[in-house]
Amino acid sequence: MTVKIDKFPGVYLHESDFEQGRVLYNTWDPQAQYAWDAGIAIGRYLSELKQGHLVGVRCNQCRRTVVPPRAFCEWCFRPMDDWVNLPDTGTVNTFSLCYVTWDMQYLTEPQIPAVIDIDGTRPSVGIMHLLGDVDPKKVHIGMRVQAVWKPEEERTGSILDIRHFKPV
Amino acid sequence: MAILNKPDKVHQAIAWHGDIPITNRYTAGVAGERFFREVKENGKFMGTRCPECDLIYVPATMFCERCFAELDEWVQVENQGQVVTYTILYWDLDDQPLAVPLVLALVQLDGSDGGLVHYLGETDPEDVYIGMEVEAVLKDPAEREGSILDIRHFRPIQV
Amino acid sequence: MAMRKVAVVGAGMTRFVRRALETGKELSYEASKMALDYCDLTLDEVDCVVHGTAPDSFDGVHMKGEYLSDGSGAWRKPYTRCYVGGGTGVFAPIHGWYHVASGLFDICLVVCEEKMSSCQPHPQGAFLTIFDHTTERPLKPNLLWIFAMEMNRYMHTYGLKKEDIALVSVKNKRNAADHPCSLLGDANITLQDVLNSEVLAWPVQRLDVSPVTDGAVALVLAAEHVARRICDKPIWIEGVGWNLDTAYWTNRDLCYPRYVEKAARMAYEMAGITEPRKQIHIAEPYDPFDYKELHHLEGLMLFDRGKAPEATALGITQRNGDLPVCPSGGLLGVGNPIAAAGLMKVAELFWQLRGEAGARQVPGQPRRGVAQAWGDLMQVGTVAVLGV
Ligand SMILES: [Zn+2]
Ligand SMILES: [Zn+2]
Repeated sequence: MTVKIDKFPGVYLHESDFEQGRVLYNTWDPQAQYAWDAGIAIGRYLSELKQGHLVGVRCNQCRRTVVPPRAFCEWCFRPMDDWVNLPDTGTVNTFSLCYVTWDMQYLTEPQIPAVIDIDGTRPSVGIMHLLGDVDPKKVHIGMRVQAVWKPEEERTGSILDIRHFKPV
Repeated sequence: MAILNKPDKVHQAIAWHGDIPITNRYTAGVAGERFFREVKENGKFMGTRCPECDLIYVPATMFCERCFAELDEWVQVENQGQVVTYTILYWDLDDQPLAVPLVLALVQLDGSDGGLVHYLGETDPEDVYIGMEVEAVLKDPAEREGSILDIRHFRPIQV
Repeated sequence: MAMRKVAVVGAGMTRFVRRALETGKELSYEASKMALDYCDLTLDEVDCVVHGTAPDSFDGVHMKGEYLSDGSGAWRKPYTRCYVGGGTGVFAPIHGWYHVASGLFDICLVVCEEKMSSCQPHPQGAFLTIFDHTTERPLKPNLLWIFAMEMNRYMHTYGLKKEDIALVSVKNKRNAADHPCSLLGDANITLQDVLNSEVLAWPVQRLDVSPVTDGAVALVLAAEHVARRICDKPIWIEGVGWNLDTAYWTNRDLCYPRYVEKAARMAYEMAGITEPRKQIHIAEPYDPFDYKELHHLEGLMLFDRGKAPEATALGITQRNGDLPVCPSGGLLGVGNPIAAAGLMKVAELFWQLRGEAGARQVPGQPRRGVAQAWGDLMQVGTVAVLGV
């Protein structure tokens, strides 16, 4: 290609080309607002979170207990067999120290998202949440953590009913 | 017993609300730059002609979709044309009734094989018909921004 | 199952830029036209068109496939858009391949386009939807989280350091300096530059990540009897594979992409490859982040698990090494217009195997290469093996 073609198309614009009106453009705000049904499994998950419980589901055929709950087992394609109460403790599977928001605004104190393998799941599986009440420098994979719940009256039936996980 | 067989009561159904927080910014593009600048600066509508297919594209395109030729023959077309089809709108996007119905039309500009979708104005909706001769009413030059809204609307040509 | 042989006979691409003046249609046209011109075909001779492009929200056009159809040469032709997220760029030629291999069509134009600059303030606003809307998005996640956490897990499992991984970024950005379409090619970049770049989401730093990009790439595929007639050196699609892991990413083994392995096994079997490390001469694995190249090289079974970093440090994956990896410059160097970036990898194999890659040419007359992409909810692997 480099052999056969000497000029490639594609005009590079700079942000200033827009700001200073050197290029014509228009904008559109799609106002994409959604109401996502929680459904059967996640609906119950949220209701239980409001009560201060973390729950998973079990497939007897695959002999596994997983979280987040799901109505059917994607391995054997049967309905899940039962609900399982899980402890609100777990182990950090992995984490990040994040210094930017989704729209690339900078943070001085990092957010600490983590995958937390929840005790009682088989094989061990996790959920994503934030870590808190911890020095970012001390966070490590394998760290034992526990959920910090909002007071009962502030819970709304949301993953945010757990404020974050903190070291045990 | 499978959990699907014992769903929670319907009144416990929960929906989680959220959005997709984006705004889109569209460039006019290579052909669009020239097309809209001609409207803005000269009040003229320009099309691009494919000599192979003998078609004049409006709005102008940089290529012929039929034969894939790159188009560089720019031709001026008329500021007037014919209503190819139209609809009369009584409700807005938020499903509220409009005080005054709007007429939206596809107008094929004379001298071109293409057309613009735009509003019809200065007419009673009941008087609109397919084949009606209409002309573009442009904003004042100082108000134009190089957008489709530089055309206020199309109106019937007074005979 | 009787399948016809399918070859790539032409390729074209636009420059990869941060913000393009061209509309998505125009970018698609430029790449498509170049690919057709390459093999002296007219649009008339194209039997069907396949389009690949990432989420509609990037370009801000709902049903983007339809919108881009005219620029992709689809006027009054059988046309479909395929979509497997970031894996689309390597899936689109697979989609085209079965159109031709099946005997349904003789010539298929495959086009991939992305105009991410349309998505403001940042395409992350759309990427956010990768996370589950009810159980994850309330935490206000950032797309970088998932990568940062996967990278951290990979480093932890194999005891790797940032330096071991940053070498990939150095290699690819240097390789891209020889690519006429590259956005971030830099012949002089050093390991220290990468290690000193700002921390976004530890362990991910600015120069570990590929940029937001606009661009388009196109390929022409032809059935054997046509390919031999119109092309002096057709490059055959010898094997294809694709595979999807669980949508519950937090339930997945984050340090090994089993879905890539499964896709690779499918493609290798079709291509008759029993010893990939000997039989594959060039690899173009998906590298939106530097650790992903390593991850994917292991999933492609080109190195043992956890050993791709060592091979990188030894120079094995350099353009003149034993197994050149991302000689194009990859997504880290050439740029990452999602679907177009994946197809760029297949185009690179086409040029490399034809010996036409110019300054990027891998020495030793390579005869077979593998391209791979990855995406969807971070769990799809798409693999294509091309050979002379
Ligand atoms: Zn099961
Ligand atoms: Zn034409």
